Amino acid sequence: MNIIVVGLSHKTASVEIREKVAFSPNLIDKPLRDLVALDGIVEGLIVSTCNRVEIYATTHDIAGGISRIKRFMAEHHHIPLEVLEPHLYTYHSENAIRHVFRVASSLDSMVVGEPQILGQIKTSYGYAAEYKSSGIILNRFLHKAFSVAKRVRTETRIASSAVSVAFAAVELAKKILGDLSDKTVMLIGAGEMCELAAKHFLNSGAHGIMVTNRTFERAERLAEEFSGSAVRFEELFEHLHKADIVLSSTGAPHTIIGPKDVEDVVRKRRFKPMFFIDIAVPRDIDPKVDDVENAYLFTVDNLQEIVQANLAKRSREAEKAEEIINQEIGQFYKWLSSLEVTPTIVALRTRFDEIRKAELSRTAAGWKDLTPEEEKRLEALTISFMNKLLHTPTTLLKQAGQGGRVDLYVDALRQLFELEAAREESEELELEQ
Amino acid sequence: MSQIFFYATLGLYSCATLGYLIFLIRSSNALGIWANRLVITGFIAHLLSTIHRFSSSGHLPITNMQESLSFFSLAIIGSFILFERKYKVITLGSFVTPPALLMLIASSALPTEIKQLPPILQSNWFWFHALLAFASYATFTIACGTAVMYLIQQHFLKKKRFGSLFQKLPSLETLDDISYRCLTIGFPLLTVAIISGSIWSEQAVGNYWNWDPKQTWSLITWFIYAALLHGRLTIGWRGRRAALLSILGFIVLLITFIGMKHSIKW
Repeated sequence: MNIIVVGLSHKTASVEIREKVAFSPNLIDKPLRDLVALDGIVEGLIVSTCNRVEIYATTHDIAGGISRIKRFMAEHHHIPLEVLEPHLYTYHSENAIRHVFRVASSLDSMVVGEPQILGQIKTSYGYAAEYKSSGIILNRFLHKAFSVAKRVRTETRIASSAVSVAFAAVELAKKILGDLSDKTVMLIGAGEMCELAAKHFLNSGAHGIMVTNRTFERAERLAEEFSGSAVRFEELFEHLHKADIVLSSTGAPHTIIGPKDVEDVVRKRRFKPMFFIDIAVPRDIDPKVDDVENAYLFTVDNLQEIVQANLAKRSREAEKAEEIINQEIGQFYKWLSSLEVTPTIVALRTRFDEIRKAELSRTAAGWKDLTPEEEKRLEALTISFMNKLLHTPTTLLKQAGQGGRVDLYVDALRQLFELEAAREESEELELEQ
Repeated sequence: MSQIFFYATLGLYSCATLGYLIFLIRSSNALGIWANRLVITGFIAHLLSTIHRFSSSGHLPITNMQESLSFFSLAIIGSFILFERKYKVITLGSFVTPPALLMLIASSALPTEIKQLPPILQSNWFWFHALLAFASYATFTIACGTAVMYLIQQHFLKKKRFGSLFQKLPSLETLDDISYRCLTIGFPLLTVAIISGSIWSEQAVGNYWNWDPKQTWSLITWFIYAALLHGRLTIGWRGRRAALLSILGFIVLLITFIGMKHSIKW
């Protein structure tokens, strides 16, 4: 049995193409059913996010399966196959496993290390399990992918650093102010980035927020949204000393906060440090404010630099993640190939034969007046007994031929009789759970 | 016996210091954890060495430069372990173990003979004074280490350089906290040490204060830390100014410590 992947992502297709082939989660049952009804496709699963659309399936006929899935995608979305095909990538066997492990571990994401993709795959798997389009192999495969993603997350620091400007601001503030739970934010002006940063600060535990704006009503509205307090713009300097974190983005043509003001404010605060972020262009806060003792001023450019550095760090961590994935592929592949029928029958026979021989020699050893003639007949008896026992399961297994059912039988046999490979894998699964 | 422990300590502190220094430039948390284990093991060996020395001579091993340096080092590492436990700042080790190691190396280079205890030191006030002085010195060493860390971290923040060392070092607030805590522990200890020292002086030479270099330098040290504490409590001195003063205080403290031997002739 082989695993195949057919799909497209932000790397191969523009958003115009991606939105055309996206599967709606509300209507996913029909495509899932159609997918597994395709000739030669045993199990199937559809992952559809804004950055990628991928189909995972199992089949015995790799080339046929891939081309049928391609046609299925084109027909389902009413796109000519010639248009769709150049954007599609396909993987099978080991490369398919690697691809899915990489996607789940967020190594293939637009922002490497972003955590959403794992949740999205889990949801997609949920649908497949609900509509029974996934079977023993995809179930095991996806669970393995989740555990690999978890390993990557805990063993590398791929997701540990801030990769958005707003988040970088919070991290930076913590380096100065330490714990944010007793710190207050002052938001001057409005603007998407400022409000986002304010939201991040509040989520990170900041104690409270003050909002000021040239139009007081606007300040009041925003204050209400953040459950903070509104401050009149003219009274800014009467309240500024209460703020530990100042986020500014007004449309003022010249600076509104100068070094002299900050010196006074810092003294009023008994030299407790202050953290300023100036998002406005032209600037709201005089760059000289940074020279004031215990005042720290940062611009968007500074934050952007941090984000860039963190992104570079992530790509270094990604290399470690690839190593982890390589290890895991080997293990999973071993289990997958153990699901073949012939080696299983051989293993089962060997196991029975071992038992037969062991029991026979034990009996013969304790049987004093056993003649060689009698011993031969005894052996013949055990052999025919074993052959009779194995006959039905072996034939049925061979007849079951190809399909989802045989995998189920093979896997069950391997586990019930503790035939190698299955044993290792099940121990490992227990450990994970 | 105490020599074996002493050299074991020296070895362990060296490895720990090396570990802490490499920890600053390499991104491996395991290294910091191992350095901490080494330093704790080293501290135990150091303690055993000191106890052995104490039991064989019958008095605390602080009666000459060799013993005092070792005891100073012991006090620094002991208080570092406590502070590290409380504040969980691994990088503190990178700034505090090097001076402790240097003192121990200096101590190992000096002669180790145990002499008859001079009569001038046979006073309980002396032991009381010396123990408190060492405790205060150790906390001020930690304060100096955090002050250096503060200045480095502040430098990064002002110059907008956010390298791996910046990521490793704790927040300014944490460093300020540790510094202040050191001050509030160290200053009362130093005060009582100076008072008990002058009582001992009265017993030994007949007057409380004779303006010998040792007492004078102690007083200067005391004034610097008093100024620092006063500034902090009244106008909220903190940050760069406090860090610089804390480093100055430590330099004067070292002069006081080294000058100790020459002030009283025994």
